[in-house]
Amino acid sequence: MATRARSLFEQELRALQENVLRLGGVVADAIAEAVEALKERDVARAERVIAGDEAVNRLRFDIEEQCLRLIATQQPTAGDLRAIIAAIHIAIELERMGDHAAGIAVLTTRLADKPHIKPLIDVPRMARIDQEMIRESLRAYVEEDPELATRVAERDDEIDHLYDQIYRELLVFMVENPRIITRATWLLWVGHNLERIADRVTNICERVIFMVTGELQEFQA
Amino acid sequence: MVKIEADHLNVFYGGLQALRDVTIRIQERHITALIGPSGCGKSTFLRCLNRMNDTIPGVRIEGRVLLDGEDIYAPQTDVVDLRRRVGLVFQRPNPFPQSIYDNVAFGPRVLGLAQGRALDGVVERSLRGAALWDEVKEDLRRPALDLSAGQQQRLCIARVLAVEPEVILMDEPCSALDPLATLRIEDLMRELRGTYTIVIVTHNMQQAARVSDYTGFFWLGELVEYDETARVFTRPAQRLTEDYVTGRFG
Repeated sequence: MATRARSLFEQELRALQENVLRLGGVVADAIAEAVEALKERDVARAERVIAGDEAVNRLRFDIEEQCLRLIATQQPTAGDLRAIIAAIHIAIELERMGDHAAGIAVLTTRLADKPHIKPLIDVPRMARIDQEMIRESLRAYVEEDPELATRVAERDDEIDHLYDQIYRELLVFMVENPRIITRATWLLWVGHNLERIADRVTNICERVIFMVTGELQEFQA
Repeated sequence: MVKIEADHLNVFYGGLQALRDVTIRIQERHITALIGPSGCGKSTFLRCLNRMNDTIPGVRIEGRVLLDGEDIYAPQTDVVDLRRRVGLVFQRPNPFPQSIYDNVAFGPRVLGLAQGRALDGVVERSLRGAALWDEVKEDLRRPALDLSAGQQQRLCIARVLAVEPEVILMDEPCSALDPLATLRIEDLMRELRGTYTIVIVTHNMQQAARVSDYTGFFWLGELVEYDETARVFTRPAQRLTEDYVTGRFG
């Protein structure tokens, strides 16, 4: 029935999607690097993550610019329009995740001068789940798969659970030894950044579902 | 409020079926846009609403079209009065080769609605209603054909308004106009909405999206989807509609 028209427009939509994926890859790497730098107490590595946030911001603005141009010149409607709006939202969420990674790196530069107050186990675990969630949410975006998006969003519970665990553990440390309160608090902030990243992934999942189905639904953060 | 209702409407041109079982309720004092590729039946449907199809030899119509609940295809219908109540604006501006005044006065004179000073009033009101008055008031005796294409189309709308219609049908009213003249007609449509029920056939999907409250998508003689315009252009229910409004075929 339908002869394929608008092939140029479709190419541009694909290019937009590729840029969103690229941004997702950069951000997921930044999170991994930030947590590795923390584990290794490697200030130079943390500073590279902080500097790298600039590139993340630029990519996000490129995506927004690309979306504006497509809206202004192509008069997108229906599914095309929803895909473009989704790209804008996803880019914003990814950029903020980049800020969280940079935030972890800043805390690393403060924490690196002394040995860790406890072995880092749950923090790298949270970071790993965050990265998986980012990759899978973007797979749901590309494959237009609302069921996958729902499953990814549900993993936010795992993250919340781990964060809660870190919080309790650090509380016990602080009660036992008030001299480490400052460093324990910084570590708690690391956990908070990782927890927020998962919340932002669920926002991406909501956008994917809206893009595919046209229905707005909110997951419990 | 429903102004016009088509109920299982089928239209045949000889052996060719142009409309298939179209059922639709058109809301009073709103703008309804009909979109779809060439030959989909949208103009045929529009012309059913004031029985303009009657003039085509070999046409056969089944089903009902109700205006304010009355079947316009019933034998007792006064077709002249129907066409006064349901005016039509054509694709190309088609003023009579007469003065601006005589063009607008034509309907009221033929129908005996007004004369003398009253007729002057009708002409002025109609030209104001069509957003043309300020541009032509200095000399209403000018030949209508001296006006620009956009002005001529607004004159044709004034001519329709002069007989105090309830419904205005527009068959691609802007396709012969430049973009600025097009936007003026669209503004005018938004002004007329609220007083009149407007049904517009357009090939310009952005126009349908800009001006209308409801959109009907026709394909191969069928009404595939009919919903609020915002919905049709953001999340249509039918795959066919999606493919059409996103420009994937047509």
